[in-house]
Amino acid sequence: MSAVDPVAAIPHSRRGDRWREHGFRIALLSCLGIAIGMLGVLLYEVGKDGLGAVNADFLTSFASANPQRAGIQAALMGTLWLMAVCIVFIVPVGVASAVYLEEYADSRRWWNRLIEVNIQNLAAVPSIVYGILGLAFLVRGPLSLGRVVLAGGLTLGLLVLPVVIIASREAIRAVPTSIREGAMALGATQWQTISRQVLPAAVPGMATGTILALSRAIGETAPLILVGAATFVAFNPSGLTDSFTALPLQIFSWLSQPQAEFKTRAAGAIVVLFALLLAMNAVAIWLRNRFERKW
Amino acid sequence: MEAASTTIAAGGVEALGLGATRRRHGERLIRLALFGAAAVSILTTVGIVASLLGETVRFFREVPVVDFLTGTEWSPLFSDPKFGVLPLVNGTLLISAIALLVAIPLGLGAAVYLSEYARPGVRRVVKPTLEILAGVPTVVFGFFALTFFTPDVLRGVFGLDIQIFNALSAGIVMGIMVLPTIASISEDAMTAVPGALREGAYGLGASRRQVSVRVVFPAALSGIVAAVVLGASRVVGETVIALIAAGSLPNTGIRVGESYETMTAFIAATGKGDIPTGSLEYKTIFAVGMLLFVSTLLLNLLSIRFVRRFREVYE
Repeated sequence: MSAVDPVAAIPHSRRGDRWREHGFRIALLSCLGIAIGMLGVLLYEVGKDGLGAVNADFLTSFASANPQRAGIQAALMGTLWLMAVCIVFIVPVGVASAVYLEEYADSRRWWNRLIEVNIQNLAAVPSIVYGILGLAFLVRGPLSLGRVVLAGGLTLGLLVLPVVIIASREAIRAVPTSIREGAMALGATQWQTISRQVLPAAVPGMATGTILALSRAIGETAPLILVGAATFVAFNPSGLTDSFTALPLQIFSWLSQPQAEFKTRAAGAIVVLFALLLAMNAVAIWLRNRFERKW
Repeated sequence: MEAASTTIAAGGVEALGLGATRRRHGERLIRLALFGAAAVSILTTVGIVASLLGETVRFFREVPVVDFLTGTEWSPLFSDPKFGVLPLVNGTLLISAIALLVAIPLGLGAAVYLSEYARPGVRRVVKPTLEILAGVPTVVFGFFALTFFTPDVLRGVFGLDIQIFNALSAGIVMGIMVLPTIASISEDAMTAVPGALREGAYGLGASRRQVSVRVVFPAALSGIVAAVVLGASRVVGETVIALIAAGSLPNTGIRVGESYETMTAFIAATGKGDIPTGSLEYKTIFAVGMLLFVSTLLLNLLSIRFVRRFREVYE
């Protein structure tokens, strides 16, 4: 970037410059202010409509055509089931991928470079496209599972897998090479070094990344519209092959109803979703602060 | 650097003749299993491309490619169906343009403030707050657009005569959604500009505004472009806000007060029901999905290229 010539970039000072400086600063500050303000208004709007709707009945009732009695039990249980499937899928696959890429892969080989570029690209594929993948391969097509918990969980898992891999790689990279060299000098094999030295040291970072990935997964709506259940589910899933609904899906379906009371129900479900996300993020931050090591 | 240390760890010992005398099959098996896990991501891509390509090809056997790409009428569910995708492209482009008109100036303004003006204490508080905004699920933004922004702000405060489902509200709220992404990545690019460039300019008597606009901004340009392109890709691929707030009327032109259907909203609205596998309606999901996937892929590749350029310069 030698294109920036500092001398040419600075004109002689003119009158009115001070005002221009001031105006510029205020303009920048209001950009930031609008962004933060929008977050404030959004939280206020959700809270205003939603906080009143959340009570024990709301949490324990099932969906209903009567907005007064409609609750989120099935959606909440569905979301928890999806999270469980997601964890079981993304933790082993994500961590193993990260270990391979950081500890084994020779980045001069084309197939390893392909994996890296591919993960970068997957991270930015629109979520609805993962929905199409789930619809074509899991719900119908080769596996034909139907619109069930397993299909939903795996679709969300594939969607957030790149996030887990990228976070785990960073955690593994943060473990100093001297630890590996020390272990190997004592005669440990490469896998012994990784499993007994590198991975334990990287667990906090990987756990934080996984929780953040999960919190992204449970907020996703678009892929679940394609692989999720019919919007009216009045029972809890009791297994991997049961149909399900989930919190974002329930919110979406209530928003599509014409009656205004359902909008209040949607706001209530958003409050519960926020509470869940807040709890998960709090755990992630606590993990990071409690176990993070500076080498 | 990374690669070098890995090779030393992996093969250097053997090279010195100090390696294990016995072949360890367990070690090779583990390596293979780990490679298998890493290959899942490749299989995902293959799966996406295969699922899209197969049905898309079958779709084009029934509907000519030219009709699809140049037709101006989209009514796949009518008894006399028309498969011109341009109205959906129109909807996507219109809403994305509105979103970027909101997100680019606000995002870059916020980034310049955080990188060049804010004290470290302020930055430590504000950046995580912006990240909260980035973590809000999109269905919540949809709620916000439909129940607050359209009725209370656009109709109420500004007195606009607009439909309840409209491109303007969806676009503006989508812009707010993507603002933190653009702000955060371009702020990283600006922070990565070496201090010496700023100090040089200050030493010559430049003001803070001049340093920001004429030194830092151009020096960070490739990172900023990468941020904007990534933001554009996210906006084009965003489904739920468009579906909830902009409705599902295939529409043409730039009448921002009217309902528009985006490519993503069509996929979601059609895939929601139980259309039979193999029917022409089912295949339209994949044809439109293919178009969406290819356009976001091009944007992502472009963004990755720009990121590489700005890394090459300073790292």
